[in-house]
Amino acid sequence: MTDPRRKDLVLEIPSDIQSIAGAVDYVLSRCVSAECRARRLDMNFRVGLTEALSNAMMYGNGHDPSKSVVLEVVMDPGCLQATVRDQGSGFDPASVPDPTLPENLSRSCGRGLFLMRELLDEVSYNERGNEVTLVLRLESGGPLEGSAQA
Amino acid sequence: MSFQVSKVNDVTLIEVDGQLIVGNRQELKQGVLEKLEGGDLKFVIDFANTGYIDSSGLGVLVSLSKKIREQGGELRLSSLNEDLRTLFELTKLDTLFRIADHKDEALEGF
Repeated sequence: MTDPRRKDLVLEIPSDIQSIAGAVDYVLSRCVSAECRARRLDMNFRVGLTEALSNAMMYGNGHDPSKSVVLEVVMDPGCLQATVRDQGSGFDPASVPDPTLPENLSRSCGRGLFLMRELLDEVSYNERGNEVTLVLRLESGGPLEGSAQA
Repeated sequence: MSFQVSKVNDVTLIEVDGQLIVGNRQELKQGVLEKLEGGDLKFVIDFANTGYIDSSGLGVLVSLSKKIREQGGELRLSSLNEDLRTLFELTKLDTLFRIADHKDEALEGF
């Protein structure tokens, strides 16, 4: 059982979308030291982190550079957990429409949460809706399979 | 991310090098829109050297495709790696774009 207070990596990142790629690369490099580099790590976790940070900076913090996003990562053998928290008022993830419905296919936004749910094993939000927790099990499923229920 | 723009007959070929993500998507969008405003109508964006496109990058491609279609043109994509193919299939965007295995195939018969 993972100690809920344990954090192997904590980053506080300013709300600057230019910083996302570097932050994600850094986290993945740290994960590689704990786990063999796997496609699920390279792709699924990269997608999850990138989308969670983007949503937190753009929608949660509203691009406000004075606000920051906190990213906490717990690395266990065969399992990675990342929590991304913004300083916004939160949102209801159930209110985000399915981007794969024909009427939504031509929309230029709204795919981030969908991809997180598709590619991570677990995606959950706190009650306020300003903190998302992603879980990726490196030993389960195929390279790009996920089964999140959020 | 950087991109090279060239012209093959009457088709504008944009070859992307690097990730297309939230932090750089506007550069590609601006580059394509400038060509569209200049009268170009046929576009191929090649991702042979792209490992990853995030949801914002996908959104830019959707937006560009829509704007190009409104002008009577078409945007085709090529050389998506296996992971990118999967992202397009998951999001059903493979139904919105003509996607070729290689840029030559995308350019052919355009």
